[in-house]
Amino acid sequence: MFYWLQKNLPKIVIAPSFAVILWFVYGFILWTIYISFTNSKMLPRYDFVGLKQHIRLWSQWRWYNAVENLLIFTVLFIAICIIIGIFLSILLDQKIRAEGFLRTVYLYPMALSFIVTGTAWKWILNPTMGIQKLVRDWGFTDFTFDWLVNRDMSIYTIVIAAVWQSSGFVMALFLAGLRSIDDEIIKAAKIDGASLYSIYITIILPMLRPVFMSAIVILLHISIKSYDLVIALTAGGPGTSSDMPAVYMTQMAFHRSEIALASASAVMMFLTILAIVVPYLYSELRRQDANR
Amino acid sequence: MYKQVLKISAGFILAAGISASPAFAGGEAEVLHWWTSGGEAKALKVLKDDFAKNGGTWKDMPVAGGGGDAAMVTLKARIVSGDPPTAAQIKGPTIQEYDDEGVVGPYNIHSVATAENWDALLSPQVANHMKCDGFTKYCAAPVNIHRIDWFWANKKVLDANGLKMPTSWPEFNAAATKLKAAGIIPFAHGGQPWQDATVFEAVAIGIGGNDFYRKAIMELDLDALGGSTMVKVFDQMRILQGFTDEGMPGRDWNVATGMVMNGKAAFQIMGDWAKGEFANAGLKPGIDYYCLPTPSNHGYLYNVDSFIFYSMKGENKIEGQKLLASLMMGKNFQKVFNLYKGSIPARLDVPMDEFDMCAKGSAADLNYAAMTGGLLPSFAHGMALKLAQKGAIQDVVTEHFNSKMSSKEAASRLVRAVKDTL
Repeated sequence: MFYWLQKNLPKIVIAPSFAVILWFVYGFILWTIYISFTNSKMLPRYDFVGLKQHIRLWSQWRWYNAVENLLIFTVLFIAICIIIGIFLSILLDQKIRAEGFLRTVYLYPMALSFIVTGTAWKWILNPTMGIQKLVRDWGFTDFTFDWLVNRDMSIYTIVIAAVWQSSGFVMALFLAGLRSIDDEIIKAAKIDGASLYSIYITIILPMLRPVFMSAIVILLHISIKSYDLVIALTAGGPGTSSDMPAVYMTQMAFHRSEIALASASAVMMFLTILAIVVPYLYSELRRQDANR
Repeated sequence: MYKQVLKISAGFILAAGISASPAFAGGEAEVLHWWTSGGEAKALKVLKDDFAKNGGTWKDMPVAGGGGDAAMVTLKARIVSGDPPTAAQIKGPTIQEYDDEGVVGPYNIHSVATAENWDALLSPQVANHMKCDGFTKYCAAPVNIHRIDWFWANKKVLDANGLKMPTSWPEFNAAATKLKAAGIIPFAHGGQPWQDATVFEAVAIGIGGNDFYRKAIMELDLDALGGSTMVKVFDQMRILQGFTDEGMPGRDWNVATGMVMNGKAAFQIMGDWAKGEFANAGLKPGIDYYCLPTPSNHGYLYNVDSFIFYSMKGENKIEGQKLLASLMMGKNFQKVFNLYKGSIPARLDVPMDEFDMCAKGSAADLNYAAMTGGLLPSFAHGMALKLAQKGAIQDVVTEHFNSKMSSKEAASRLVRAVKDTL
């Protein structure tokens, strides 16, 4: 009896949370998928109407607009975050003084919620009281920086705020990666006469491949579910120019009584994540198997 | 000992007798609302006190957060789980949408409404908004009427530039051009979708007329939505956009009102809740600021706040619903509430002596518009259309107002967007 308990205790302890997650995460994913095939308006209904809502979704310019914005945002957000993150982490890795302090400075934006970040940047970028006004008051009266209120540029203000928030985190990831690399490798390369630049480009960064992967996956899901930052910074505006799928989904579900349509858009977001995460997990797991 | 028992039991009987004397004894109400700030909270307290005075138990369920978005989520969750609140702040066609979902019948408050003869106390159009089951049975109670198509203007700014309140849109455009040249922001506006839609509907009844509004927005006639009149409405929207300032996108409505108050800007189009901002700053209508309807042929865009009463389990709660409905329609509550809220009573027989000139004007215009067919439900505030169609129109309006889209393109997009939701 005691032996049995000892053997199975972990399973027993894990079982309740496993059951809860099974139901409240995976069960509700299935429920959402089913709702997206119904005619639900204000409250959920269970009448099956096939692909109607998905066809409606993909015939709306507002949805295309949201998807396009998501693509712009995701690509820029991930790329800039990683570039800045690597650059900062390499600088910090040069055994400088007060590193702990500087690390905290860069990491600190991560401690703020996206709502705070969004509100702060809304004021900074507002042309009538932020950067534009400041520079104009200095005497450069022609200076214009109106991205926040310019519909062609508003999506980039979201990129700016998101990068400001997350690049410190990426820096921390890469710093940890750099620390795990053996100094001997760098010393050996230096003896062979390699420049510092080529050491980093050809040796160290390729060795950080797992860090790249985890950074991308973490940033990717932040970007696909980005909602609070958009709401706080631009609320999807001007017009609908900085709309995103998550904003679209919330509006349809809770403001427009279009639960089925909202579910269809949620399914699309889910599939996007799936399309990226599954191949990644697959390749990672296969590599683990190969290493065994 | 025996005497003491007698005393206590007598006390009980007496107490029961007293509390049973009002018509709806011991009712219980849980009211979901989002009136949590300033004047609105004060206004609602009137109802709470009334309810308690009549022996009811009030369970407040305020859900804070802009215009009830958070409240909607809470409400739907409660309904789906089979435990709706006694009353909820729901208005417009959404009332009938809930009825279609089958969560309102058997219309608990209808008996109160017939007993108090609400049909005679409300204008027929307002009464219709409150009825379910094919507009036959009362299922909601109105508390106020807000007018949407107001021009709020800074009198000192207009006087200084030798201008009067415009009575037509070309007159407004001329006045605004002059103000712009004088370095004043002619049109204070907050670029949020609902504010864009608010301006749009005022322009639609002004440029297009009452019948056009009825056909295009209320009946969703596709020819009217994409026709030449609609193009003209969008043209005027484009002109208005030229009168706004750079900080417009995303600005809150009360910030825009503040710009009118301190003379940075001249005009704002906003519902009569804007009056509260002027009143808080100690400004007087007619002396410091103007409150006049936007130019139209005696059109009147209304927004009626109301509470819906869902189907309930438990006699106690049904009694609570009945008491609440009766109090909401009570003369005293309708007067005091609207004095705080800035709107006018939904009930027609409330004396208007204590109200200010804006509210008096609104009440007079309402009666005239009701007779001449200009009394129209506001689409921007969810009175004219189901939420899906309202949202579709609002998307196009805000997209047009915040871009360089041509008026023709906007009109044809409007047709496409509305078609998709039908």
